[in-house]
Amino acid sequence: MSLPNKLIGILVTLAVSLTGFHFVSQAQSVGLGTPISESQLTDFDQIAGPDGSGFPAGSGTALQGKAVFEAQCAACHALGGEGTSAATVLVGGDMHSEGTPLRTVGSYWPYASTVFDYIRRAMPATAPKSLSDVEVYQVTAYVLYLNGIIDQYKVLNSESLPQIEMPNKDGFIDHSQAQ
Amino acid sequence: MTDQELEKAAANGLINRRHLLGLGLAGMGAAVANSALAADAGMLLEIPAWSKTPGPGASDYGGRSSYAGQFQRMSGAPNPTYPGGGASRSPLQHLQGTITPNGLHFERHHAGVPDIDPSQHKLVINGLVRQPLVFSYEDLLKYPMVSKIYFLECSGNSGALWGANGADAPDGTAQSIHGLVSCAEWTGIPLSTLLDEAGVEPEARWIGAVGADAASMGRSVPLDRAMDDVLVALYQNGEPVRPEQGYPMRLLVPGCEGNISVKWLTQVKLTREPSHFRDETSKYTDTQPDRLSRQFTFPMGTKSLITTPSGQMTLNRPGLYQITGIAWSGRGSIRRVEVSADGGQTWADALLDDQHSHKALARFRIPWQWSGGSAILQSRATDSLGNIQPTRTGLINEVGLLGRYHFHGIQSWGVNSAGEVRNVFA
Repeated sequence: MSLPNKLIGILVTLAVSLTGFHFVSQAQSVGLGTPISESQLTDFDQIAGPDGSGFPAGSGTALQGKAVFEAQCAACHALGGEGTSAATVLVGGDMHSEGTPLRTVGSYWPYASTVFDYIRRAMPATAPKSLSDVEVYQVTAYVLYLNGIIDQYKVLNSESLPQIEMPNKDGFIDHSQAQ
Repeated sequence: MTDQELEKAAANGLINRRHLLGLGLAGMGAAVANSALAADAGMLLEIPAWSKTPGPGASDYGGRSSYAGQFQRMSGAPNPTYPGGGASRSPLQHLQGTITPNGLHFERHHAGVPDIDPSQHKLVINGLVRQPLVFSYEDLLKYPMVSKIYFLECSGNSGALWGANGADAPDGTAQSIHGLVSCAEWTGIPLSTLLDEAGVEPEARWIGAVGADAASMGRSVPLDRAMDDVLVALYQNGEPVRPEQGYPMRLLVPGCEGNISVKWLTQVKLTREPSHFRDETSKYTDTQPDRLSRQFTFPMGTKSLITTPSGQMTLNRPGLYQITGIAWSGRGSIRRVEVSADGGQTWADALLDDQHSHKALARFRIPWQWSGGSAILQSRATDSLGNIQPTRTGLINEVGLLGRYHFHGIQSWGVNSAGEVRNVFA
């Protein structure tokens, strides 16, 4: 055994004997996580993705969402989604307009799933997670309706919502592997 | 020391950095304020009052001197449509070295700072794993940890410098323009340790990281990066991570835009595809001139800025000054920082305190003889991969003006004959 290895051996022995810690060797798992099943995480895991994963039961239409939107969202986003400030505009815009384009749900967002996911986790800003899943479907439908993407009778649920094609769906480049 | 003894390193007064090593500071002028000593050269020194009365004793948690009041973060006005949202900026021009004190680390929140009881907090790992796991804070404290110094920078930092076509440079300070960068020693558990325990399924390619704030802010990180140098950070400069930095735990993705270092981390979900959260689609994406938008632009660019002298300071008299600043790269360490006093026509190498600044701040310094005339001070960083910080114009020519994130062009501070320092576009 070379001197450095010997030294490490002594140090590890010392660490184990002095402290009793069982994690001195990092290769060995510590294993303190508690196993849990996905069914126990149904309410906890709110990630709803473009692949249709993570959408809860329930459904809604824009027709149903109008009242919810006007009561819960319009104070900041205005009745027609035109916003009360530059940061709260939900409708309009064209990525190919001259100058800096107005980037909204309608003009910019590539996936409808993101609208549902974000409203469910973060809206209304003053009381996030206060809407029921059905209300989130309804408001999502209303925001898409305001943008002319669906009609007011279109039923959104875990099956139909991820299939909606957004106007700017091809507008993004995945840069995650760029150096 | 006379001018003749100082070796010139570049035009308009830059002095070879080696003079810093043995240079007396007596000859150096002070940016900002006139010296109180110079105004009272005939003084007689006396024992001060505080040397005659015992001060307060030890305390449970130390504060700072009441005379250090300018060391403040700068935050914007509250926005009623965005409760708890917003940012505060580090006072870069008042700081030295490379470590940001915890109370001055910049903040960026999307729904305010949650008041988390660590005994109730959970970290869940689920999705494409052999066995979903839930960890308590107490569990995690028992894991092997590593301590690493890393910068964090909001990708919106320095965004004022994009400017609009033909617009004048906005007035501002190092803090107001660039204060969304900070650097700390983070101690935590390699995320790979916890992912290995859950057992990553072969088809997993991404993680979705979610915070426990009111926005439940989420970001996707590629699995290869997540398994590399990413930490679940529990300590910041030796003490538990501050609430505004993610207490009791945050993700820490070294070198990358700060938003993906999800604070108040409560879930890591293994997925095949990115989750396309709002903050990686609607926000934190970079629209190009062709109207396509780059998504998942993670590493922060090679960057530097002079913090002294900097915007809104005043040089009190012609003479010798110490130029200093910070440099960093999201891809490696800082190998070189050059400084110019003539708007980038000639450059001199600055002295780097630490050449091993891997994904951390480096501090640079160089002496400068201000003649009393006009000058444009700039710094230019080169990282260990050979990436050179671009000029502002060069960066805009490369990526256009439709994206508002990831500004890392050269900062220009103009000095006029009155010694006033202002942000300029040069």
